Amino acid sequence: MRARLIRSGATSSSDRTARPGGLAGLGFAAVLGALCLALALSIVLALTLGPADITPVTAWRIGIHQFWPDAVSADWLAAHERIVWYVRLPRALLAVLVGATLAVVGTVLQAMVRNPLADPTILGGTAGAAVGAVSVMVLGWAFAGTYTLPVAAFAGGLIGYGLAFLLANASGGLSPLRLVLAGIAVSFLFSALTSMLIFISEQSQTARVALFWMLGALGGARWDQLGLPAILLIAGLVYLLAKARALNLLLFGDETATSMGVPPDRLRRVLFVVVALLTGTSVALAGGVGFVGLVIPHAVRMVVGSDHRRVLPLAALVGALFLLFSDVLARLVIQPRELPIGVITALVGAPVFALLLRSRLRGSDHAR
Amino acid sequence: MPGDRSETGASKPPAADDDRTPLSLTLSDVTVTVGSVEICSDVSLQVESGQIVGIVGPNGSGKTTLLRAAYRMLRPVLGRVIVGEDDLWELQPLEAARRIAVVVQEPRTDFEFTVREVVAMGRSPYQTAFARESAQDRQRIDDALAQVGIAALATRSFSTLSGGEKQRALIARCLVQEARVLILDEPTNHLDIRYQLEVLDLVRGVGVTTLISIHDVNLAAEYCDFIVVLQGGRVQAAGPAAEVLIPEVLEPVFGVRVERVARQGGRDLYWFQSLAPLP
Repeated sequence: MRARLIRSGATSSSDRTARPGGLAGLGFAAVLGALCLALALSIVLALTLGPADITPVTAWRIGIHQFWPDAVSADWLAAHERIVWYVRLPRALLAVLVGATLAVVGTVLQAMVRNPLADPTILGGTAGAAVGAVSVMVLGWAFAGTYTLPVAAFAGGLIGYGLAFLLANASGGLSPLRLVLAGIAVSFLFSALTSMLIFISEQSQTARVALFWMLGALGGARWDQLGLPAILLIAGLVYLLAKARALNLLLFGDETATSMGVPPDRLRRVLFVVVALLTGTSVALAGGVGFVGLVIPHAVRMVVGSDHRRVLPLAALVGALFLLFSDVLARLVIQPRELPIGVITALVGAPVFALLLRSRLRGSDHAR
Repeated sequence: MPGDRSETGASKPPAADDDRTPLSLTLSDVTVTVGSVEICSDVSLQVESGQIVGIVGPNGSGKTTLLRAAYRMLRPVLGRVIVGEDDLWELQPLEAARRIAVVVQEPRTDFEFTVREVVAMGRSPYQTAFARESAQDRQRIDDALAQVGIAALATRSFSTLSGGEKQRALIARCLVQEARVLILDEPTNHLDIRYQLEVLDLVRGVGVTTLISIHDVNLAAEYCDFIVVLQGGRVQAAGPAAEVLIPEVLEPVFGVRVERVARQGGRDLYWFQSLAPLP
């Protein structure tokens, strides 16, 4: 799926005079529908892949059995049912939620700072959220009951982004390069804090825990964790789609936004909270999965242009697919052991980041 | 009240929101600071309904900053901006956007929009959150693209346009915005002579109250009803072009020798010469 998107993007950018405008209207609805279908089928496929050999038909029947126990007779191993229903399905759904959330966050961050290099990992949000979450675990806080972890991750994300923005702003204007440098500095600082907290706490398996917060993992997915991120993702998407035109104006420039009746700073402040909230929930559940927010919006824009009414829903779907398949790869490459999922996303994302940075630097050379 | 009239509008043509008579724009004693530096001091100027007023001045004279104060980008620390009857800063942002359209040089962006998408942005002050473009909106956009002569470029990426084509697209956006005041910041910058004239012809064709900053004294004399000469953030002279654009005013402001050359059957031309030519 991803490969196809990128390839069609490459053909359209080689032909600079025209961009496929045919994806508007009904055509666009069809694309959304096709992606939803692809996502549903991919989830079923993900259920069948792994060390335990389970066919798609069995996976379907186990699923149906959960809702209508009488409809199909349970002729499978009890262990397989456990694997499909309590391990692989919540894990696949978590991948979908986190992938969609991170892609949406990346899209919005890029509009906020008008910079294609923006991403939760690069701007300090992920590392900040990780510090928040790890503090809760290590220090045993429980100020918000079962929601303490996501709340602390949200607060950490807010602080991470906030520091990066302040640092970049203090040295004069949100220049793209300055923002990236400030974000990287903040990320390093917070990653170090996270590791320090983990190693001070003397938990068992410190190295594994540290890896989780740095590179992410979806292995711990449980059904009861999925509700909050799903609600936040849907609420966030609805809000952002309501603001889609304002986001377009922001992407075009602060002056344009102002002249169209959208005060840019006020909008940015709200977006800032939305973005920290979404980053916090995804980090609390999946750790520090990097680069999804960088790669996916970029790939989507190459195909449909920059209009957020199209980019936001598409980025959510493509991000979900991307992380779902990244997780499948992470499970399969060295099975029965697993790679941290951030390894897979970084292998794709880091080269894209390097290319963007290079073109960006070259562009600003011309501008000066 | 616009709302009242639209309810009884069945018998009359839809006058309610389509009242597009140009509004006057008044800056009174406007002082603007950026950081802690005062860029514009005590600037007063008036653009009567339908008039074109040009702001002329050397680089760094505060033209751009003054214009920013006139479209809510910078809030004056002192003084008021009045559009029509109302204080600009007491209007809702969307209402201000329905009254004032702006053409500025935005920084280059890495994000691609088609020309049509850029022009369609002009409708955004009128659109609610999830609303799609109405047939009427689409018609307005098509008309505006045709009016500025770039209908054929509608699906092109905005960033691939030439400077002149970009300005046309931005003027089309203003047309679509149906604002009653137009503000332009050096719209002729970086354009070749033909495009400079075409862009200013288009601006004149829009026919609304216009405040424009402009580098070229000859163009200012040609297109503006009224001139404000700015230097160091202060008004040095203001009045009809023929009275203000005179060597006595221009020479100290620009630091050049100015000669006004009479031309048969037309307005005077300006000839400039460096005061201290380099060896």
